[in-house]
Amino acid sequence: MTLWGLMLLSGALTFAIRYSFIAAEGHYLPPDRFPRLLPFVPVAALTALTAPELMLVGGAVELGTGNSRLWAGVVAIAVAAIGRSTLLTIASGFLALFLLQRI
Amino acid sequence: MTPGEAFSTGLRAVMPLLLGVAPFGVIYGVVALQSGIPAVAAMAMSTIVFAGSAQFLLAQLVGAGAPILLTAGAVGLINLRHALYSASVAPLLARLPQRWKILLAYLLTDEAYAAAIPHLLADAGGRQPANAHWILFGSGAGLWCGWQISTLAGVLVGTRLPADMELDFALPLTFIAIVVPMISTRALFAAAIAASATAVALAALPYKLGLFLGALAGLAVGSALGRRPA
Repeated sequence: MTLWGLMLLSGALTFAIRYSFIAAEGHYLPPDRFPRLLPFVPVAALTALTAPELMLVGGAVELGTGNSRLWAGVVAIAVAAIGRSTLLTIASGFLALFLLQRI
Repeated sequence: MTPGEAFSTGLRAVMPLLLGVAPFGVIYGVVALQSGIPAVAAMAMSTIVFAGSAQFLLAQLVGAGAPILLTAGAVGLINLRHALYSASVAPLLARLPQRWKILLAYLLTDEAYAAAIPHLLADAGGRQPANAHWILFGSGAGLWCGWQISTLAGVLVGTRLPADMELDFALPLTFIAIVVPMISTRALFAAAIAASATAVALAALPYKLGLFLGALAGLAVGSALGRRPA
């Protein structure tokens, strides 16, 4: 029973966080700085999500050649910057990872 | 875009992310069972909470017998970054009926937001896309189905699935494919560097707070530089 209570509580909390600004929109005036922050949300949030995946190995920063995910990621970044194609970026990243792990 | 086209745009955009999400769903199902959570409850958690990393934490804390309020508090901290996505899409959804806002808030995950956002931004003429909510609904619904199916696979088939296939690397790669083309100004570039450096430096913080603080650092640096006249 407590397990279900915990799930409902966690679900309600998660929903409240996701709903917060969506519900508030139009009902209050945000501070002046706020609209200037919004255009940076996608890039800031998604790079914060991705960088640790590439740069950390087992919780420690690893920037050497032993970290094949980092260098495969660098290849993918280059391909994304030039080609701007999602599938090409993913394919080149996986190919680079495959090759780097076999060097 | 018609609603149907918008929905399929969102759905197609989230597909590569499903490749990376599926292994996590399977592993979550396995971890939940190992923590002593019944199969039905493990599945219900995927629909009630619907947040990958928070569900992993929940399973672990339930297994360890942690107090309820502490566990729910930890889930809240892990999901704090979703408030940023909420703020980011809120202006697009302002005029929608309440039931749409509730549905899209429920579906607002890292992956659904990431997949939809390139399609939600205003074009060069400053026009917002029509039916933006259908794009978000498409990416959210696609991710929801993928998450439920992979959780079910983990609960039913469990450890017999091969876990070590590097498929999860599809997640960072897809995020790269989404973010890199967005970095079109020096301020955005600086925001990306600040967010990365902070998230990596603070990676040891519990409850993924490093990700949230990294995102805030990116916002601060980006908007400080972005205010300067070009």
